[in-house]
Amino acid sequence: MKDNKKIRMRNFHQAKWDEPIIFELDTPGERGITVPEVEKEIKDRVGDGLSAIPSGMLRKTLPALPEVSQMRVLKHFLRLSQACLGADFNIDVGQGTCTVKYNPKINDVIASSPKVTDIHPLQDFQTVQGALEIMYKVELFLKEISGLDRFSLQPGGGSAAILAMASIIHNYHANRGEGGRRDEIITTMFSHPSDAAAAAVKGYKIITLNSNEEGYISAEAVQDVVSERTAGLLITNPEDTGIFNPLIREFTDIVHNAGGLCGYDQANANGILGMTRALEAGFDMCFFNMHKTFASPHGCGGPALGALGVTEELIDYLPVPLVDYDGNNYCLRYDLRHTIGKVRGFQGVFPVVLRAYAWIMSLGAEGLKEVANIAVLNNNYMLEKIKKIRGANAPYAPGKHRIEQVRYSWEELYKDTGVTSEDVTRRLTDFGFHLWQSHHPFVVPQPFTIEPTEAYSKAELDEYLAGLEKVVEEAYSDPEKVKNSPYRSVVHKIDDVPLDDPKKWAITWRSYLKKKHTWDEE
Amino acid sequence: MEKRRNFIHPYIPNSVPEIKAQMLKEIGAQDIEELYEDIPESLRMRKEMNLPQPLRSEHELKKHVEEILAKNVTCRENISFLGGGCWQHYVPAICDEINHRSEFLTAYAGEAYEDHGRFHSLFEYESLMAELVDMDVVNVPTYDWGQAASTTLRMAGRITGRKQILIADTVSPDRLAMMRNYCYPILDLILIGHDPETGVVKMEDLKAKLSQETAGLYFDNPSYLGFIETQGQQMADLAHAVGALSLVGVDPSSLGVLTPPSHYAADIVCGDIQGLGMHLNYGGGLAGFIASHDEEKFVMEYPSRLFGITRTTVEGEYGFGDVAYERTSFDKREEGKEFVGTHSALWGITAAVYLALMGPKGMQELGQGILQRSLYLMQRLSEIPGVKAPKFQSAHFKEFVVDFTASGKKVSEINQALLDHNIFGGKDLSYEFPDLGQCALYCVTEVHSQVELDSLVTALKTFLGE
Repeated sequence: MKDNKKIRMRNFHQAKWDEPIIFELDTPGERGITVPEVEKEIKDRVGDGLSAIPSGMLRKTLPALPEVSQMRVLKHFLRLSQACLGADFNIDVGQGTCTVKYNPKINDVIASSPKVTDIHPLQDFQTVQGALEIMYKVELFLKEISGLDRFSLQPGGGSAAILAMASIIHNYHANRGEGGRRDEIITTMFSHPSDAAAAAVKGYKIITLNSNEEGYISAEAVQDVVSERTAGLLITNPEDTGIFNPLIREFTDIVHNAGGLCGYDQANANGILGMTRALEAGFDMCFFNMHKTFASPHGCGGPALGALGVTEELIDYLPVPLVDYDGNNYCLRYDLRHTIGKVRGFQGVFPVVLRAYAWIMSLGAEGLKEVANIAVLNNNYMLEKIKKIRGANAPYAPGKHRIEQVRYSWEELYKDTGVTSEDVTRRLTDFGFHLWQSHHPFVVPQPFTIEPTEAYSKAELDEYLAGLEKVVEEAYSDPEKVKNSPYRSVVHKIDDVPLDDPKKWAITWRSYLKKKHTWDEE
Repeated sequence: MEKRRNFIHPYIPNSVPEIKAQMLKEIGAQDIEELYEDIPESLRMRKEMNLPQPLRSEHELKKHVEEILAKNVTCRENISFLGGGCWQHYVPAICDEINHRSEFLTAYAGEAYEDHGRFHSLFEYESLMAELVDMDVVNVPTYDWGQAASTTLRMAGRITGRKQILIADTVSPDRLAMMRNYCYPILDLILIGHDPETGVVKMEDLKAKLSQETAGLYFDNPSYLGFIETQGQQMADLAHAVGALSLVGVDPSSLGVLTPPSHYAADIVCGDIQGLGMHLNYGGGLAGFIASHDEEKFVMEYPSRLFGITRTTVEGEYGFGDVAYERTSFDKREEGKEFVGTHSALWGITAAVYLALMGPKGMQELGQGILQRSLYLMQRLSEIPGVKAPKFQSAHFKEFVVDFTASGKKVSEINQALLDHNIFGGKDLSYEFPDLGQCALYCVTEVHSQVELDSLVTALKTFLGE
């Protein structure tokens, strides 16, 4: 077994190509790809096609896209890919709340089959029995994992699932004649920002509960804010702090007694698979992010899927269609009386469902529980080690264990050295590590959140810890070095000014060309 | 089945008993159970989940899943005329090469340093799309067109401070269902009628409904039913005259040949980029874009990430970052604009690759070829007694409505018969637009050869001639 002290920091340097913007590669006349030519007989019969377009609708000047040969386009994007540190390359434990784990390659191979890529969502159900069977079975699995009664695999991400939950809450009360009166949603500060934001899209007033000094929310705090105006509760548990609130069943009871519905944000359920379920905690709804817990790759931020489950009482409100099975055939069902309609086009993101299916089938019940157990083991191991790092702290729940992640603080480091959490994240990139500063607002000062999942070996966790220690050591000995970093990442410290000033910001290349002269103006 | 003792799953390295014991020792815990001390017994699941026995070898797993998937019949094995917002275009090999790269596929939310490539390529995506739509601002992709349109309406509501949206009644019912849910109860969506002959918006109805209450007027061009709306400028002028915005959904594949909505005074433009390098994926290739001019009052209303270019401490080096991050729910929770999360970023990178490959001439040739092929198919279909194509007397792009009413056959019967010829007929519109009678929405792209178009005509002649 290796000892931390013996871990040598890698002499890392990320690929840096100084690649230009694609428009700077423009060479008029070059072609990247050709499109199939129209047969002569068609042309002879219908003419150029363009004359059929009413003159006002015929584009007069071609779009000013660059003209670049094929290999150069390939090289350009391959180089840009090398300037991106995917989870396959680094020890990606620094993106807490997001469950960055191993995304099995076999699942990508399966998802790249023409039997997946080349099926159209409007095909007759007889021709997509394989896809429907996978969807149906994933739903069966999720029902077992959550205890709830039906799932929609349509929402395109966790936030879309939250929006769907808020929409169901809205329509449920409206149908009971209480729509206007029930206008408040309760959430917590350590639940995902979208639990507040997506609910607000439906017009709800948001009540956000803060944890007490121990990191918990009390039943009294929930009792204090419920009323006849309560529409529902949208909450994460364990919260972003990795603390599981043991009173959760009391919360759901209190909200139910007040006439509200309870939605469980299980975007990240990685620490509790097979250990505890939405049903027993009293939730009416929950959702799982297939691109987090269920190992579909994050894809730089999607495509993704938030699988939304409900109890029997709310099935009629789910988005349509659902997948049904009559014993012989799988089919799509649209006849839900109170359906909220649609939250994503067609049947959602099938390749993500498929990857989740393959992942669950590889692990089974015992394996899923082992995922949770090892994720929790890894997290508490890191907690134990990070608490010992100078300048780092784990606020709340002192002496207690956490579930799958911990929100830490560099406050002490900042007070001692002036080095901020953001400085540390930047310097870590010089060693090939990623660390995320956490969701806003920074209730925990100088925050960072680490979630090691089940995917990384102890040796890798130790290597990451050594990276943190290295940067802390530098912060105390040479803080300027950390503050002015990075040095061996893809680019150097960026200037934020052109990003926040409407006169200067440039969201596209054409805009940059128009506005860059303003960058040196006051 | 007997449990396999000490099975170490390849995805879970620290299951190795010695490692586990060592880590527990460091933590100072007897067993893993102790780490769950906060979960009360009443909430604990003590039985094993009822899930199928795992397929532990990769070989078994692959075989099992492939056997299920083999039940699918694909648009490669058949000739498909399905569209309706998910289109079968050719996907250049390099698009898949790039979106299969581990660096992009498994990245997520890194900073603008270690994930510079993600920021850079999505900035290029925004920039390339900006040329297609001829506007200066494009967002990092949202879920799909339905979401992009929904947010477009909400942006219009916030910008104008008004609550009423007028929508052409020929928009996709699926997307309309999304818009309705997303806007309810904040905005009122009011449908405006179409000319039954041409499909275009009925101007009298629009004029009657436009008022000082109107936040925006939304229509698709080309429409969901494939026809080209020719009154864009006039409609925008009418909307602007009452202080409302013109909001237009567009298929970007059309923009090599069709006038972009910004040229007929659209204020916010949206649509789906699935056709720009994404496979059908049973609908999983959808991704939405939103575009506008570079005015602060518009930019500050986007909920999405907007990646901007900047400079670094090193002369001449490009850096990237979030523009006006404080707009977002990531920064401000419910005080931010709508919400942002994980949407469809990988498809944005892929669309950037696609547009870089296609260039201006590729997009023009693509559009022109689609126009020619669809004109050809419409003409050939109209040769068949009882078949009228297109239903609407307008110019069309890529999709068009075929009216089978006079044939005496239902679209469902026709499509069933076509299946026997290995053809997926167009989408049956008789549920979504019952007033149209027995109509189907056909989609023709660059992947359809003349032989394939002719085989549809032959199959239909055979069936309808019976």
